[in-house]
Amino acid sequence: MVERTTTPPPLQGPTAKEKKYDRQLRLWAASGQQALEDSKVLLLNSGPGVVGVEALKNLLLPGVGNFTIVDEAEVSEKDLGVNFFLEEESLGNSRAEETCKYLQELNPEVTGNAIKKSTEAFVEIPSILDHYTLIILIGPTKDSNVLEKISRYAQDHSIPLFYVHSVGFYSHFSVQLPDQFPVVDTHPDPATTQDLRLLNPWPELLIFMREKVGNLIFQSDHEHGHVPWLLLLLHYLNVWKATRRDGKPPKDYAEKKEFIAQVAEGARTNNPEGGEENFDEAKANVLKSLNPPSISNGLREVFDSEDCQNPTKDSANFWIIANAIHKFHTKNKGLLPLPGTLPDMKAQSSDYIKLQNIYKAKARSDIAEITSTIRQTEETLNRNPPIEEKEIEAFCKGAQYVKLIRGRPLRIAKSTEPIDWTDRAQALSQELETSKMLGQESLLPIYFAFLALDRHHDELSLLHQSRTNDPHPIKSLIPGARDISGATLPLPNFVESAHFYTPAVDVDKDPKPWPRFDTPEAQVTFENVVKEIERADGAELHNISALTGGMVAQEVIKVLTKQYVPVDNTCVFDGVASRAGVFNI
Amino acid sequence: MVIMANGVEPSRKRWTYLDNFLNKPGPTTDPNWVPGEVTINGLETSKVLVIGAGGLGCEILKNLALSGFKDIHEADTIDVSNLNRQFLFREADVGKSKAECAAAFVEKRVKGVKITPYNGKIQDKDEDYYLQFQMIVCGLDSIEARRWINATLVGMVDMENPESLKPLIDGGTEGFKGQARVILPSMSSCIECQLDLHAPRAAVPLCTLATIPRQPAHCIEWAHIIAWEEHRKGEVLDTDDPEHITWLYQKASARAQEFNIPGVTYSMTQGVVKNIIPAIASTNAIIAASCCNEAFKIATGCNPWLNNYIQYSGDEGIFTYTFEMEQKEDCPVCGNLARNLTVDPNMTLQDFIDSLGDRAEAQLKKPTLRSEEKSLYSQFPASLREQTAPNLSKKLSELVVNGEEIAVSDPAFAISFKYKLIFSS
Repeated sequence: MVERTTTPPPLQGPTAKEKKYDRQLRLWAASGQQALEDSKVLLLNSGPGVVGVEALKNLLLPGVGNFTIVDEAEVSEKDLGVNFFLEEESLGNSRAEETCKYLQELNPEVTGNAIKKSTEAFVEIPSILDHYTLIILIGPTKDSNVLEKISRYAQDHSIPLFYVHSVGFYSHFSVQLPDQFPVVDTHPDPATTQDLRLLNPWPELLIFMREKVGNLIFQSDHEHGHVPWLLLLLHYLNVWKATRRDGKPPKDYAEKKEFIAQVAEGARTNNPEGGEENFDEAKANVLKSLNPPSISNGLREVFDSEDCQNPTKDSANFWIIANAIHKFHTKNKGLLPLPGTLPDMKAQSSDYIKLQNIYKAKARSDIAEITSTIRQTEETLNRNPPIEEKEIEAFCKGAQYVKLIRGRPLRIAKSTEPIDWTDRAQALSQELETSKMLGQESLLPIYFAFLALDRHHDELSLLHQSRTNDPHPIKSLIPGARDISGATLPLPNFVESAHFYTPAVDVDKDPKPWPRFDTPEAQVTFENVVKEIERADGAELHNISALTGGMVAQEVIKVLTKQYVPVDNTCVFDGVASRAGVFNI
Repeated sequence: MVIMANGVEPSRKRWTYLDNFLNKPGPTTDPNWVPGEVTINGLETSKVLVIGAGGLGCEILKNLALSGFKDIHEADTIDVSNLNRQFLFREADVGKSKAECAAAFVEKRVKGVKITPYNGKIQDKDEDYYLQFQMIVCGLDSIEARRWINATLVGMVDMENPESLKPLIDGGTEGFKGQARVILPSMSSCIECQLDLHAPRAAVPLCTLATIPRQPAHCIEWAHIIAWEEHRKGEVLDTDDPEHITWLYQKASARAQEFNIPGVTYSMTQGVVKNIIPAIASTNAIIAASCCNEAFKIATGCNPWLNNYIQYSGDEGIFTYTFEMEQKEDCPVCGNLARNLTVDPNMTLQDFIDSLGDRAEAQLKKPTLRSEEKSLYSQFPASLREQTAPNLSKKLSELVVNGEEIAVSDPAFAISFKYKLIFSS
């Protein structure tokens, strides 16, 4: 029943750490903080190198435990006009070391490491990436093979990988999560998360309802005006059902309106206020509280997946719990475990507390039922150690809002072969069409422009290699038949590169080249973005990198804490129009 | 051009990246834009005021300095100390003036920038102070201070003098969410027009606190509002004093125990009493950079700027919404600025009404007029028309004083005009 504390509350205030991190602990609590402090983040830096450092700043301030910067550059004067974590004395020194030093000043509890190496050389070290919890890779990489190697390693080892570009007024980042990335603690909006199970009340709730509304007409005005609204609704539901031939609660909007009118008739109006607040609350809650149980798309996807239906000994805890909740859901005709939280409502203190305890007790009994299913599964599968109670409890409380993100590998733009878009071409074309219909510029072409930029760098790298190592032209390597036979020809610039070569999708299935600018608007956007990137000439604008660093850091925090819902899976920012777009690539 | 202390002009080399955007136009740059020295000089001589040196303010200072602004003034308003976001301070700085620490730090990192701190209330400064700036960037967590600066900037606008229009760029955050907006005072939707977007939390009725608490927050509010008054009357509650918070926490805990209400904690006590809004560095970074990106575009014209609102939400994936917030006609601050209208004080109200029908900006057929005090003439309802009809033959000087503002509305147009009547001598 009531949790009474016999010891007096502690007299000491918060610890120094709680004070320092107070504003963020209110978001992700001690568990999220611990996850951050246990993390090791790797930044593979290149180019002007600002966006990654800005992202790190936003990770070190909240206390990410350990970071490593890999960067081959030496600090030059132009760095000082764009990077805040350098000083004049840094000139000529390793940029990895200098930025690491100034970043570390932000938070004495954080450990930083600097490695003066190129990304390409660093990833040559066997298994080196295995030391890190999460990788932030700054593009464009010099060579598509490096990107591919990192992407594949991260995928194989379930290390989240962020691939980031920031050039001039535009930026992009893609998040490569492990194949399965479940989030239980999604922090849904409290206003939308009310499951009070009014259409499926249980005995204890009904007993209390009868106790409180059995003699409604004889109650004093004070009592009458303090009956909790949900008990009122339960009472009027019984009245309604008794008068219906089908004995069913109000099902559609019209019936609910009728029901609201019935509830309203019960309110006393001959009082000084001319009405009763608890009855007003009851009426206001009819539409959202009297819906048959349903489950979110996110949870449906979890229930439907093979891992949920047939978990194995090696399945993650998530699937074992999901399996038990699915069984509960089936057995209880569509009900999910009761979250057990009660919104505030007009009521006497003692009635409210009693009601709250009835909800908590029911939630606990649901959790107990699910736990027992889990223990059986564990025994059947010979699975050890048993899943902790608090993990089961957290899942049960937020079951409706769990999210499963299925990580997808990055798309890698190579100069030697086209990207295979067969699985996504339709969805992306749809995106362009929809934007056109809505009269809004799609930002998808920004992503294409960054792919073109990567491909351009890959092409340059190939041409450089051929000029230094190979006396023969490499025309054959790059499809598209551009004549690059002579080593004397100037290297193509980005604008030429971006327009010269558009890789084809599977030609049999889809004869149009990609990017397929199904709409002329998308073509215009692409042209403009390419020109603006050309104007930047590789430069980062501090504001755009700071902004992108903020977005990346938010997403990194969500991935590391496994709280809130990370973006799935690609985001672009347009600093000219001040808009962002999200795409599942 | 900024000259360093040793008399040497700093090399433009460190601004190589920035100059790529200042020396050549992009595809969306205004065709009349002039790249190069004119623009660079314009940026370097732009005086910009930053209000708020908290988490957002730190980011804003850094970003403006690295956007090429050279003359930045900053005013701090509220003292919050949380090092998890305010990266321009070190633990050694606790206790020093925040505005001064921040200024010194940024000046050291970004050579050539001059940051002038002002440690005091923004409300103590007059129009002349605000007139010296090209624009104002605001990163505040106080609604009151925002409304004050907004009303001041709108009030400063003099249609005859374009220099009096100071763009206000405002950013705010809460948790993973935030917004940035560009306000051209009197020309576009202002903070006051958008006030309903930031509705305050509904207050708990006093009788709930006093007699039927149900939530831990009710017990805390009880301690805060009722118990403090009862036991420590006359003492000013300082929400930054740990002794005060501890006292409230203990009172709230005891009350909670009395009513069997679980869940009162020290942290919650602090949160309720100080009305703490969760804040993180990354959201500040996003919003501050968005503000400064607009400031940079406005100061240089190198690309079009935000018209006029961007909303960011990172709770569930990333969601942003960029749109034009409409100016509200009935906005008490920027809705229809009162126009000066010179009138003959001996003119009758009827003659004045007839003249309004002829005015190009009004063209009113059946106007209803109110002075600040009373209804001068009302077309509807009939009873009020009868009551006010005798005013028609009165002289204006009998009805209003020189300089008084009147509101003129006409049911045909759903607009309300404000005129300031200036008597001709």
